[in-house]
Amino acid sequence: MVTTTEAPIRVLIAKPGLDGHDRGAKVVARALRDAGMEVIYTGIRQTPQMIAEAALQEDVQVVGLSILSGAHLELFPRVVEELKSRGIDDVLLFAGGIIPNDDIPAINAIGFKGVFGPGTDTNDIIEFVRGNAPART
Amino acid sequence: MTPSSFVGADSLVEGILQGNRRALSRGISHVEADTPTGRELLAQLYPRTGHAQVVGITGSAGAGKSTLVGAIAREQRKRGRTVGIVAVDPSSPFSHGAILGDRIRMQDLTADGGVFLRSMASRGNLGGLSESATGVADLLDAAGFDVVLIETVGAGQDEVEVANAAGTTVLVANPGGGDDVQSMKAGLMEVAQIMVVNKADLAGADTAVTQLRGLLAIADLGAWKPPILKAVARTAEGVPELIDAIDKHQAFIKSSEYAEEERRHHAERQLVAIARAILHREALSAARQSGALADLVSVVADRSRDPRSAAEELLAAVRREWAGR
Ligand SMILES: Nc1nc2c(ncn2[C@@H]2O[C@H](COP(=O)(O)OP(=O)(O)OP(=O)(O)O)[C@@H](O)[C@H]2O)c(=O)[nH]1
Ligand SMILES: [Mg+2]
Repeated sequence: MVTTTEAPIRVLIAKPGLDGHDRGAKVVARALRDAGMEVIYTGIRQTPQMIAEAALQEDVQVVGLSILSGAHLELFPRVVEELKSRGIDDVLLFAGGIIPNDDIPAINAIGFKGVFGPGTDTNDIIEFVRGNAPART
Repeated sequence: MTPSSFVGADSLVEGILQGNRRALSRGISHVEADTPTGRELLAQLYPRTGHAQVVGITGSAGAGKSTLVGAIAREQRKRGRTVGIVAVDPSSPFSHGAILGDRIRMQDLTADGGVFLRSMASRGNLGGLSESATGVADLLDAAGFDVVLIETVGAGQDEVEVANAAGTTVLVANPGGGDDVQSMKAGLMEVAQIMVVNKADLAGADTAVTQLRGLLAIADLGAWKPPILKAVARTAEGVPELIDAIDKHQAFIKSSEYAEEERRHHAERQLVAIARAILHREALSAARQSGALADLVSVVADRSRDPRSAAEELLAAVRREWAGR
């Protein structure tokens, strides 16, 4: 096995809110793993505090949120707030799930660089993460 | 405090000693990636370690290690102790990526300021796992956590070495895991000081206990006789007793007649394991640089050269490479 001097990109994939299933989130997690990244997967029903605290403890460069419930405009800003209150202002944020086009500008405005709807090619997400993840260590 | 103020080892050390979680987290990344800053951190912080009770939790995939670690952490919090956790999962040998899912079993602990949980991928980096995982445990120790739990899948040499680095190692087995238990006796049996049959709510727990007892009877043990406990990690049944057993072992390793010799023994194993990892890495890199590795691989592959003598020549090339720099 080859020693890679470059540490893999670390990504947190989380599901805020009360969504019951996480198929989409798992597909993204696996795709990023297969692209050589380390994906911390926390499961469903995460509060904004839990997501931000996990991002802090895991020192991830990227946080991806998946949401189906329609509560994104309420929950996403709270995640950003919780991250900021922990001094985390240098992670790449992206979102996936069911997000109406009309809501995308508002989500972009609070710092989510990428928003990926259902049916997105996972290669597009991989490319997005590789191209935008901030450097570490 | 902004993250940019945690560049450089000195500010990280200061932050970690003050209990700043962001500094700790960033410091762990440096240790994990074995950067110069990470090495400096360990050099400065190692003298501040020794406070924590360091416990390795190992066993086969799906044995319930994460669930048990969560239950132990909750019980330790009830006893007023803070808990740092390192959960190691294997990296994919193909992509080198990993899905680290141990947090799922410990979601509730994320909100507890007295707990810090870090997931780690094994990264398949030439025996470096023991080096980096124990380094991360050292940082958590220096940061002041009372208990440090290290979860590893008990499969290979690396995991055995991680177990070696912990003061107390708990081996997690399951009922009906007869073959499993058999395969464990090589290596892991000897490094575990406590055995737990988890999922004792399932049939066959007592049989598993009997099997383990049989294996222990023929194992090469010292003065400490490993207890065999039953637990149901899901409901935390048996967890207080497990913690009592861990405390007892910790008291044992600190006891006067045992302490000096075993501390040296423990230090030696740790030193040798890390030196071996570094040696392995540096030798392989020298072998590559000299070109000898690629050349010898070719002649062994086409069977014009036997691997034993080729390995000797490879090492000769490594020595020349080292002598020349
Ligand atoms: N019946 C029963 N199931 C349990 C118990 N403890 C854990 N499990 C289940 O066993 C499965 C694996 O649990 P984990 O805690 O993820 O096991 P693990 O050893 O950490 O797994 P890996 O990290 O993937 O190797 C889960 O479905 C748990 O709910 C128990 O005491 N009884
Ligand atoms: Mg686990």
